[in-house]
Amino acid sequence: MIHFVLLISRQGKVRLTKWYSPYAQKERTKVIRELSGLILTRGPKLCNFVEWRGFKVVYRRYASLYFCMCIDAADNELEVLEIIHHFVEILDRYFGSVCELDLIFNFHKAYYILDEILIAGELQESSKKIVARLIAAQDSLVEAAKEEASSISNMIAQATK
Amino acid sequence: MEQLKTIGRELAMSSQGGGWAGQSKEFLDLVKSIGEARSKAEEDRIILREIESLRRRIAEPDVPRRRMKEYIIRLVYAEMLGHDASFGYIHAVKMTHDDSLPLKRTGYLAVTLFLSDDHDLIILIINTIQKDLRSDNYLIVCAALTAACKLINEETIPAVLPQVVDLLAHSKEAVRKKAVMALHRFYQRSPASVSHLVSNFRKRLCDNDPGVMGATLCPLFDLITEDVNSYKDLVISFVSILKQVAERRLPKTYDYHQMPAPFVQIKLLKILALLGSGDKQASGHIYNVLGDMFRKSETSSNIGNAVVYECICCVSSIYPNTKLLDAAVEATSKFLKSDSHNLKYMGIDALGRLIKINPDIAEEHQLAVIDCLEDPDDTLKRKTFELLYKMTKSTNVEVIVDRMIDYMISINDNHYKTEIASRCVELAEQFAPSNQWFIQTMNKVFEHAGDLVNIRVAHNLMRLIAEGFGEDDEGADSQLRSSAVDSYLRILGEPKLPSLFLQVICWVLGEYGTADGKYSAAYIIGKLCDVTEAHLCNDTVKAYAISAIMKICAFEIAAGRKVEMLPECQSFIDELSASHSTDLQQRAYELQALLCLDRQAVENVMPLDASCEDFEVDTNLSFLDGFVEQSIENGASPYIPESERAGMSSVNNFRSPYQQEASGHTLRFEAYELPKPSSIPVISQVSISAPTADLVPVPDMTYYRESDQASKISSVAEASSADIGIRLRLDGVQKKWGKPTYSSSSSSTTAEKATNGVTHVDGGVKSQSRDISHDSRRQQSEVSSEKQKLAASLFGASASKTEKKPASTHRVAKGNTANAERSGVTRAVSPEISKAKVAPSSPPPDLLDLGEPIMPTSTPTMDPFKELEGLIGPTLTPASLDNPATTSGPKAPDLMALYTDMPTGSSSSGVTLASGDAYSADKSSSLAKSVPTTKKGPNPQDSLQKDATARQVGVTPTGNNPNLFRDLLG
Repeated sequence: MIHFVLLISRQGKVRLTKWYSPYAQKERTKVIRELSGLILTRGPKLCNFVEWRGFKVVYRRYASLYFCMCIDAADNELEVLEIIHHFVEILDRYFGSVCELDLIFNFHKAYYILDEILIAGELQESSKKIVARLIAAQDSLVEAAKEEASSISNMIAQATK
Repeated sequence: MEQLKTIGRELAMSSQGGGWAGQSKEFLDLVKSIGEARSKAEEDRIILREIESLRRRIAEPDVPRRRMKEYIIRLVYAEMLGHDASFGYIHAVKMTHDDSLPLKRTGYLAVTLFLSDDHDLIILIINTIQKDLRSDNYLIVCAALTAACKLINEETIPAVLPQVVDLLAHSKEAVRKKAVMALHRFYQRSPASVSHLVSNFRKRLCDNDPGVMGATLCPLFDLITEDVNSYKDLVISFVSILKQVAERRLPKTYDYHQMPAPFVQIKLLKILALLGSGDKQASGHIYNVLGDMFRKSETSSNIGNAVVYECICCVSSIYPNTKLLDAAVEATSKFLKSDSHNLKYMGIDALGRLIKINPDIAEEHQLAVIDCLEDPDDTLKRKTFELLYKMTKSTNVEVIVDRMIDYMISINDNHYKTEIASRCVELAEQFAPSNQWFIQTMNKVFEHAGDLVNIRVAHNLMRLIAEGFGEDDEGADSQLRSSAVDSYLRILGEPKLPSLFLQVICWVLGEYGTADGKYSAAYIIGKLCDVTEAHLCNDTVKAYAISAIMKICAFEIAAGRKVEMLPECQSFIDELSASHSTDLQQRAYELQALLCLDRQAVENVMPLDASCEDFEVDTNLSFLDGFVEQSIENGASPYIPESERAGMSSVNNFRSPYQQEASGHTLRFEAYELPKPSSIPVISQVSISAPTADLVPVPDMTYYRESDQASKISSVAEASSADIGIRLRLDGVQKKWGKPTYSSSSSSTTAEKATNGVTHVDGGVKSQSRDISHDSRRQQSEVSSEKQKLAASLFGASASKTEKKPASTHRVAKGNTANAERSGVTRAVSPEISKAKVAPSSPPPDLLDLGEPIMPTSTPTMDPFKELEGLIGPTLTPASLDNPATTSGPKAPDLMALYTDMPTGSSSSGVTLASGDAYSADKSSSLAKSVPTTKKGPNPQDSLQKDATARQVGVTPTGNNPNLFRDLLG
């Protein structure tokens, strides 16, 4: 099971956090500090895994952003490494060559996407296409609602003229 | 054309969700200023200001809903950066009640991020979730299910359970899948509440949609872990699913890096490993498919290796089969020989699994293992220690434990220190070749990790010293004791010792300090007093020290010698008699009382070396019978046994019905029933246990309950040593040590090896602390011979003689296979690249026909955005229609970039592309040249576009962090 997902920039700035196991706010800050100290200092050729408090943290660096997932000691690290990549590929398709800035300004969208991939700490969907389809369906609904709202407000504006 | 695409893209970004235009300028400014913050303090300041303004504005009346949505997102942001935004939780909860999906989604997102499942506000969301689970819109149902997974706790499961179960048959596969996951989550939270629904998971396994089937494997894995036997019938189904998946029967959309649904395969392999474990018949069904998977295994990609690793795990778990074991061993050796640290790590782990079946497997890989042990990568090193721990025998225990201790001393990570310390202790207890060595090892462990090891370990050590080998060899035992005393007296000179270790030292000095007559009582007492002064120790250590002093005094008196109180000892006693701790006071007064007794009495009170004597506890307290009778005669009410007390306590304790309700842990979500005429109160467990705790006589003396620690120490003067004996006996710890496992003939060889190992360890550690690569290169030949020595001591005697030859041939062979591997990799990767490159334009014939069916033609259908067009259709605005069309253009090169970016396996293949074998080199090198140009093309452009959009929304990229614009996959 995945206990949490962290996105940390190389400077140690938090870009996204998702906790599947209960951690109090203070604990979260501590975990992030501890892990960024552990992971950001690691050299490029070393393992993408770190043993930490009896768990394992699998991380992968994309440009200046580190994607980290904390898993149980018995889990398959290589698989989790690919789950991270799966997530990044979906982000990439959604944003179109995703970059850190996309995630900074659209962190809530990244959360929605993550919610379609992982649920309760387990991989729920391994098909990129299906995730993309669901996200698009949600977005189109958002879009429709926005249009509706703007047309109504236009009507109101015209009526009150 | 290119320009058109750019315009289309920008338009798409501004209107579709992909852009940054959805939020207000204010929010963008906030994110920007956070991005530019140069220190954590500055960031905190900005966020605190933001929180203040949000707190004010969110509470204003009539905030427009859209505005509120943004506030909530800003709260999420603040919370994400580690600040408390609890004042806004209620607004997020309110937002979930909203009718419009975008707002509802935002609300759900916020509450799932804000609230833990025991938060008080959850109760306000239950109703909304219930309503949304019944919604016609499947997207709303999905959002509610996602929220339910996070927020529903044990108490609230019954509120949503029926609806979630209904959703298992929903027409949309996305809903079914999420319902399965939700039910799984409920099962994790409270197995009892969903145990009657477990059969649903079996049903969902046959779902038409592979996504739902894949999701069902998660709960099934948990269920099977719990209870293997009820699922044995599914072995054949799982095997056939796995076979179909491996034969690419699933839709292409589940392919990942040319592997058919690898995540599903891995999950299935995990399940099969459980089902086949120790079951010959079930394993028989699995052999075939596993063999196929090894044969078809794809080791050029990360995900392929993940599947292979899972196959190895499965092989090592099920009933052994020689053919499969050979395949697994071969795959493992490939991992170990790989350059990638990740694969080495997996290889070490796999080796650890395989040696459980056949310990000889390790021998072949000894040099690889030692390389990993000396690797600068900490993760790899730890994994290797885990492997060594698994393969420890009585012949190599000394080398391994010494290494472990050296490593333990060198690290700061307390969690791992504890783990490795307890492993050292365990190994030492199990395999110790001699008691001297054992005591020395224990001393080292205690000295460096004393406060981290379990207190049980200390008790075990004391018991060992007290009981000796369990043989009737008094000479050896007393030798053990005196060597322990010697070493402790020496160690006491060290400046800082952990308290647990001091306790052991005090106890041993008290019991055996004067036993061999080498040290005078005054000397030992002086040392004990020094302990309490030199080390700022806690009450527990002081208690141990004073008990030890008391014992020594008692032994002296019993031996007829006169005890002269040293001044420092007297002041120590005085200090303790005035201590805040009643336990310490008690001990001090007992000591003073003891000193006044005559020889006969002292001998009875504190017999010499009686710590191993059994001590009978009269649990019936028969010695109190007289007292009880007398009390009853005087009019006390008689004792009523627990079983007969049931009726009374319900009368006495009128709260019990409420307590029972609380202990039931269920909230009721339906209306209350009509009140019944006063029901007979049933007594809950809680109500009984409270009175019994007071009524049942506890043999422990209440006066030393004061602190937990203190109660563990023998505080009763009459039998302090005996008391410890009994505590140790009650520990329930199996006595592992004591069997002399070595015979005299083998002991000489082990000793020899040990010296080899020990000298080497020193060298190894030193060279590690210095510049490793330089050092190791300079004395490479020396190191390799040292390594061989180490290997010999680790991997048994047989290796040591024939070491040199196999090692050298091994090396050569390694080189050969590595070459072969690489060329294999080149071949495997080049078609991928050709495909990726070729995909967007018209598909030319597959350059290297590897028998993979029709890839080029199928790639267009894999593009989700094509699918989107069909889905969204005419209702979409032209701008957002443009987006998929334009993005699919530059997409393909990005995909390629993604393949070259992979850090393991294929990244090295990228290098070897040019120098690979002749056949593929021709084609691939030309590709390789064209790759970078096409790859670099769109990426700067993309970032330029983003830059432009960023400026548009008022965000200027700062000079210090151009990385923000770099493609993650680039």
